[in-house]
Amino acid sequence: MTEELNSKNNGIKLKTGLADMLKGGVIMDVVTAEHAAIAEKAGAVAVMALERVPSDIRQAGGVARMSDPKLIKEIMASTTIPVMAKIRIGHFAEAQILESLGVDYIDESEVLTPADEKYHVSKWDFKVPFVCGCTGLGEALRRIHEGAAMIRTKGEAGTGNVVEAVRHMRTVNEEIAALKEMSESELDTKAKEYRVPVELLKKVRELGRLPVVNFAAGGIATPADASLMMQLGCDGIFVGSGIFKSSNPTAMARAIVDATTNYKDSKKLAEVSEGIGDPMKGQNIADLDVKLSERGW
Amino acid sequence: MVKVGVLALQGDFREHIWRLKALNVDAFEVRKIDELDAVDGLIIPGGESTTIGKLIRRNGLTDLLRRYHKPIWGTCAGAILLAKDIEDSDQFKLGLMNITIRRNDYGRQIDSFSQDIELNINDQRTSFNAIFIRAPRITKLGESVKSLAECNGDAVMVIEKNRLATTFHPELTDMNTVHKFFVELIVKQQNH
Repeated sequence: MTEELNSKNNGIKLKTGLADMLKGGVIMDVVTAEHAAIAEKAGAVAVMALERVPSDIRQAGGVARMSDPKLIKEIMASTTIPVMAKIRIGHFAEAQILESLGVDYIDESEVLTPADEKYHVSKWDFKVPFVCGCTGLGEALRRIHEGAAMIRTKGEAGTGNVVEAVRHMRTVNEEIAALKEMSESELDTKAKEYRVPVELLKKVRELGRLPVVNFAAGGIATPADASLMMQLGCDGIFVGSGIFKSSNPTAMARAIVDATTNYKDSKKLAEVSEGIGDPMKGQNIADLDVKLSERGW
Repeated sequence: MVKVGVLALQGDFREHIWRLKALNVDAFEVRKIDELDAVDGLIIPGGESTTIGKLIRRNGLTDLLRRYHKPIWGTCAGAILLAKDIEDSDQFKLGLMNITIRRNDYGRQIDSFSQDIELNINDQRTSFNAIFIRAPRITKLGESVKSLAECNGDAVMVIEKNRLATTFHPELTDMNTVHKFFVELIVKQQNH
């Protein structure tokens, strides 16, 4: 029985364990080995290897897919910190390819064009751990039920606008708080609404948080943004376009790392925010043609 | 009652604090000099060793930690930071223990594993489920260093006076054995 459970879980403790090691850290999008070196030097805990940062994916249009394995391998060879890479929602063949390359985490990401409109990847089938985006508690729990070992807010990638990440984090927090007030029958109904087993809801209620690590992602562009998300209860920060679309990526990367560690220390935050150049320009959500956070369910 | 600090710059410091609280020990997050001064011993948690090293420097803790004489314990990334030598790396280190260590020597994340090992502490052998995540390997032990547990022939828990290193993560389990052992080290030092 235990063995069966272990093989089904495919070492869930090892998968969530790596996410635990990333806590309090910043994971940075990089498109070259040189970027990866800048990220590592700034103090990133991991890098996300991809061909284009989200703001460029937005601009390019067309179908966005998994990156070229050659690029991912180059970045893996160039850095000693963990390397993540993205697959399209539901594209389990891309996941198999990334697993064979030995990437440390797979992001089943709405930033790429979805490959399946009905099924996300069954993540229990893999030895490599997965991180998935969410806009609220139900979505987070559906992904965890499918085997995700780490969750992040979807936010709105490539905009440099933190408002959606804040909305998603606050929604998760409010929905977790609401569980505490529910009777058993209300909890049953909520589980049906969320389309997850009621046991999972009971676990969240008991813990008062998600059962896996929850990072902020999608629109974080300044040290203050990182502090805001950490103070809202995130475990760490993903920065996509925010670093390499700023005017001084080296300074911005380091400042966001320092702000994530010292997120409660406003004096320190003021110090690290000083003279780091212009953040990425950013976009208003209302002006977007495509909302990436509406991909997936 | 002893006060145990957990370096809270990055990594799984929260899990260490939970384990200490399960033992009814006062546990504190340490990010600054005054917080470090206030505790009787320090745990450097798992995390990313290059990141934690940089943050130690940027938060002005380098000198204090390199001269640290109270009990100190590093898990995984923490063990790397305690080592005198890190093979093939010029990254920041504290160099407090006479060990040589090699990062990620068991492989990448897909090679992470857990295994039951035997801890040899206080003249007793205790079984422990050891979790290794992108773990480093201790490749050389100085003469004054004693191994307290092995896994497939590698030393995975070593002690040198009041300094302890584990390449696995006792904080990710619900077993308190190693945390209890470290707290006893602190108590012993205080009674001297």
